[in-house]
Amino acid sequence: MSDVVEKTLTALPSLLSLDSQPGSAKLSSTSKLGNLIRGITELTSKHEEEKLIQRELTSIKDQVSSPNTSMRQMKELMVRAIYCEMLGYEASFSYIHAIKLAQQGSVLDKRVGYLAVSLFLNESHELLLLLVNTVLKDLQSTNLIEVCMALTVVSQMFPKDMIPAILPLVEDKLNHPKEIIRRKAVLALYKFYLIAPNQVQHIHNKFRKALCDKDPGVMTASLHIYLQLIKENSEGYKDLTASFVTILKQVVGGKLPMDFNYHSVPAPWLQIQLLRILSLLGKNDQSTSEIMYEVLDESLRRAEMNHNITYAILYECVKCIYTIQPKSELLEKAAKCIGNFVLSPKINLKYLGLKALTYVVQQDPKLALQHQMTIIECLDHPDLIIKRETLELLFRITNGQNVTVIVEKMLDFLRISKDDYTTIDLVGKVAELAEKYPFETMNTVFSLGGDMMQPDIPNSFLKLLSEGFDSDEEDRKLRLFAVDSYVSLLQSEPNKLPQRFLQVISWVLGEYSHLSAELEPATVMTLLSKLLDLKHTSSETKSWVLMAMTKLCEGGVAISVAQDIYETHSSSMDTVLRQRAQELQHLSQDSELYLMGGVDSSLSFLDGFVSEALAAGAAPYKPPHQRQEELAQAKALSLEPYSLSLPISMSSCSIADRQSPTLMSMSSGLSGDSTDLSHKGGSTTLKLDGVKRVWGREGYLAQREPVEETAQVEVPSPLRSPSQQAEADSTQSQTPTPTVTPELEQDKQQLASSLFVGLGSQSSVCLMGKSDPTPQRFRRKAQGRASSSGASEKTPTSLGSTPSPVDNLLCNSLLDSNLVSEPTNQTPQASQSLDTTNGNCHEELTDVKENNPSLIHNNEEPDKPKDLCLSSHLPTELSGLSHSEITPLCSNQSVNLSACHVQKEDSLQLVIFIFNSSDSALQQMQLQVDSGELKVNYCLSLITDSPVEEVRSHSVAVCHYSVTVKRPSVHVEVLGMLSYQLPGGTPQTIQFSHKLPLTTFIRPLTLSTEEYGSMWLAFSQDTKQNLTLINDDQDPLTTTLNVLKKKLQLHVVEIIGVEGIVACQLVQDQPCLMHCRVHAGTLAVWLRSPVPDLPDCLLYHCQRALQEH
Amino acid sequence: MQFMLLFSRQGKLRLQKWYVPLSDKEKKKITRELVQTVLARKPKMCSFLEWRDLKIVYKRYASLYFCCAIEDQDNELITLEIIHRYVELLDKYFGSVCELDIIFNFEKAYFILDEFLLGGEAQETSKKNVLKAIEQADLLQEVSHVG
Repeated sequence: MSDVVEKTLTALPSLLSLDSQPGSAKLSSTSKLGNLIRGITELTSKHEEEKLIQRELTSIKDQVSSPNTSMRQMKELMVRAIYCEMLGYEASFSYIHAIKLAQQGSVLDKRVGYLAVSLFLNESHELLLLLVNTVLKDLQSTNLIEVCMALTVVSQMFPKDMIPAILPLVEDKLNHPKEIIRRKAVLALYKFYLIAPNQVQHIHNKFRKALCDKDPGVMTASLHIYLQLIKENSEGYKDLTASFVTILKQVVGGKLPMDFNYHSVPAPWLQIQLLRILSLLGKNDQSTSEIMYEVLDESLRRAEMNHNITYAILYECVKCIYTIQPKSELLEKAAKCIGNFVLSPKINLKYLGLKALTYVVQQDPKLALQHQMTIIECLDHPDLIIKRETLELLFRITNGQNVTVIVEKMLDFLRISKDDYTTIDLVGKVAELAEKYPFETMNTVFSLGGDMMQPDIPNSFLKLLSEGFDSDEEDRKLRLFAVDSYVSLLQSEPNKLPQRFLQVISWVLGEYSHLSAELEPATVMTLLSKLLDLKHTSSETKSWVLMAMTKLCEGGVAISVAQDIYETHSSSMDTVLRQRAQELQHLSQDSELYLMGGVDSSLSFLDGFVSEALAAGAAPYKPPHQRQEELAQAKALSLEPYSLSLPISMSSCSIADRQSPTLMSMSSGLSGDSTDLSHKGGSTTLKLDGVKRVWGREGYLAQREPVEETAQVEVPSPLRSPSQQAEADSTQSQTPTPTVTPELEQDKQQLASSLFVGLGSQSSVCLMGKSDPTPQRFRRKAQGRASSSGASEKTPTSLGSTPSPVDNLLCNSLLDSNLVSEPTNQTPQASQSLDTTNGNCHEELTDVKENNPSLIHNNEEPDKPKDLCLSSHLPTELSGLSHSEITPLCSNQSVNLSACHVQKEDSLQLVIFIFNSSDSALQQMQLQVDSGELKVNYCLSLITDSPVEEVRSHSVAVCHYSVTVKRPSVHVEVLGMLSYQLPGGTPQTIQFSHKLPLTTFIRPLTLSTEEYGSMWLAFSQDTKQNLTLINDDQDPLTTTLNVLKKKLQLHVVEIIGVEGIVACQLVQDQPCLMHCRVHAGTLAVWLRSPVPDLPDCLLYHCQRALQEH
Repeated sequence: MQFMLLFSRQGKLRLQKWYVPLSDKEKKKITRELVQTVLARKPKMCSFLEWRDLKIVYKRYASLYFCCAIEDQDNELITLEIIHRYVELLDKYFGSVCELDIIFNFEKAYFILDEFLLGGEAQETSKKNVLKAIEQADLLQEVSHVG
């Protein structure tokens, strides 16, 4: 049908321009209205239109007030007046005439009169009183059409005070033989109820009569009233539940006349109305809810047609199911329905899906987890409405762990939103989150704002924390929470935090870490001391850290930590640091001094001295700002450099500190190096020039041009040199083929893991009602956090070698969802549906065997099915890439764990296979993976739509992680723990560790020689060593470098004579440069990187690679 | 439903029906804002808008936009179907309706709307019944003309 409209309406412009066309004849072209409309369309400017309408209005005005105007003419005039009003011009003079027309005109004039009244006036308009008599008269008319018109106008607008005058007449109409009259009467009463509920109280029993009317139309109309009544007081109408259910059953069952069908769906409006009523009745009422389960199920089942109207019913049904007392079967179906909405390509349905998710997510956060990838796509949707709804959804799932990401997203939206209403709403929500999660939000602010933020923000935050709020108990909780959240931050990745934030953290830990009973001062000391070792920590921060430590240095371990620190810092170049270290040392040694504590801040012990000095004529003390003011007023010499406050002088100090070691190492390196360097000494810039020229003299400049030319011919990107191209060719088998989509996917997955963190466990708590296997995992709960972090600190492994990143651990455990795939081996209890799946598996199996003949079969367990082919379980996004050998991790009588990894360009993908070798299903399975040196992110596969905590007998679950290096080490180790439960058994855990060589994280770094040169100077961590040279026929250097290139995926930037430069990076973006020179039969290598330990680790692997050769 | 607006692609108002009492000034402001917002939206975008504390449901039929304001808890999809049913009614009544029919006979369009929706609620959803009621009134008109 709409096509037809489309066709006709597209012909519109031609119709408008040529009014002599035959088509326009039917459009009353001869009427005055027609002339007016045409007149307006011909005009070009707004001003002309105004003039024309004013002329028209004047003429209408003259005519309506003329006594000679007939009612029929009046009707025509009214239509024109309505038109002028619609265009935005006031025609208030005609209002009274509209009422007159309704009053005096014949039936047909009356109709226009009533219409004009209903369009011109609203229910508070005083002229409306004049209409009451007309309505009264028409209600009593024997002409059905007049009665209808009166009822129509009454149900649109009627003065509240005059309701009693017509109420009896309208009530009478409920008994009218014609259903159209009864229906309109019911709607009129509905309107009365809305504007003056107390006026219609006495006729509630008549509503019941309407509900039982034999005409479904009248019954439907009465539901409007009931919906309203039940909204206000659902308790009073519980007895009607069964009736509503019966009606719905009949409707759904197609018992209504065909007239009520809409696109062959029976009475959708009625269905939706009933569903809304039922959801109100069943809310928080188990017995009432039970009455409706069956019909809801029926409604879901019947609404299967693919049409908007069935979706409307489904949507209402789903809402109802989630509003009433839950029933698991229905919830399951409703969840599936929501899934269909969310995944629908139709944007309207997607929107409603998101809305439904928002509605149900608090009850069923699992559902949001299932659709997280869609949600993330919607977050970037070009339609702001979709984006906005997604934020609303995220707002509902905010918890302590994801609040930062969500607040960030909301702020992003605020930046682009232009709509005031949305802005107000969203700002309110951000503020609400900030109130609920003060520390998380402030943490975001600190982490994001970084060192750019005004210094008074952290100051006032600390002030707030120290001064506290009204209740002591609240203060204690807040501070404890702050301590806990900061400890966990420090345990995860302190090197990413901005300086100011570190300072805040140090202060808080120093002041309040004693509040946490489980937290040993020594633990905090250790954490803090790590900050001192961080490369980028400024002296100012160090001084804050040391000050915090002086507050904590009590007891055995603390003393030794303090001692260590003293030893490192007592020789520091920075006097402030030296002093702090001294203080720390003294306080930690002298416990009496430490306990004395109290400092006389008023310096009262100096009072005597001061008064003496004053008496002797000394000037009284003036605070520094006063002195400065006076100086400024006196226009004295500017003493600014000397009046700087201490922290600033410290930071200037720190700049020097940071630079000096680099400079020193550079100059020493240059002088020690035998490359042709003509400049010795001189300024930094000169040296830089010199370095560039080194390569020039060796012939680099001569080679440069051809290199660039070929580069242009072969690859348009200047970043890729031909040698790199060749290398890429030769090592094709080793280099993982980079694709764009996995990276994008991974971004999304990372976003997903940060957004949906904390949802999984909640769902298991509230949906399944089972107890959480690992207690207290939420950061929100201050107690719980303290205990978990405390516990992890007590474990010797995590204390000594690896600072356990509790954050990550938490995320992983909470996000643990697993891919469960069908078993490849036939099990007796396999269902019938397995047949097809099995077929697929065999195909895959042979496929995989062809590709990877070396696939390892787990030989630890002889009773294990031999055809178990784990690689077929690789997540689909990894299946195309080459993976490492699948190595067994550990096993016991019921599970076998094995792992493999896939090297991607920007990360390492670690896949852990959990094979259930027992005869019963593993339940409540959780895999926690963690590492001190690595950052481990759980990846959700796109094909799984439900996080599974269960592994069936003889099947395999796959957990997929994306891993990047946090701290380089020769071998990085991943520690893991799988906890599970066999049916009827006690919870069990199995632990494993998996070593990954650092080389799996090394990727070639493509650079030009010039880029290499400038980077070389910027890096401070360096190592030198001589390596064995592989001596074959002609060119030992090239051969050796090629071996390294092949084995370690290094990129050879250039080889010039006896020297070669090589570059690589540790995923992600942590470069390491290598300079090699053949000298006396060995290869002198010199590695530089901004990352501590990376040069050493890489050197180790170079040695190994060359030895193995 | 709170109100219904019909406007052309050029932003000209073709029909307005308000089911909540508002001042003329307010009505004009709302109309102006909404027309602007809806016209700015791209064809593939969602038919629903959050606007102030209301939901706007709109649909374009050729050069005409049909736009309804509903409350938050109301069902957006069924509102789309209300719009569609109204278009169907207009189409049946005028015989493949076009914008000009509505411009020149807007009072008829109002009569049909009043028979379909009353006080903002769907009153009669059967196409046949709505048109029967309208035809009866029209017939009366013809008769009295003759007489």
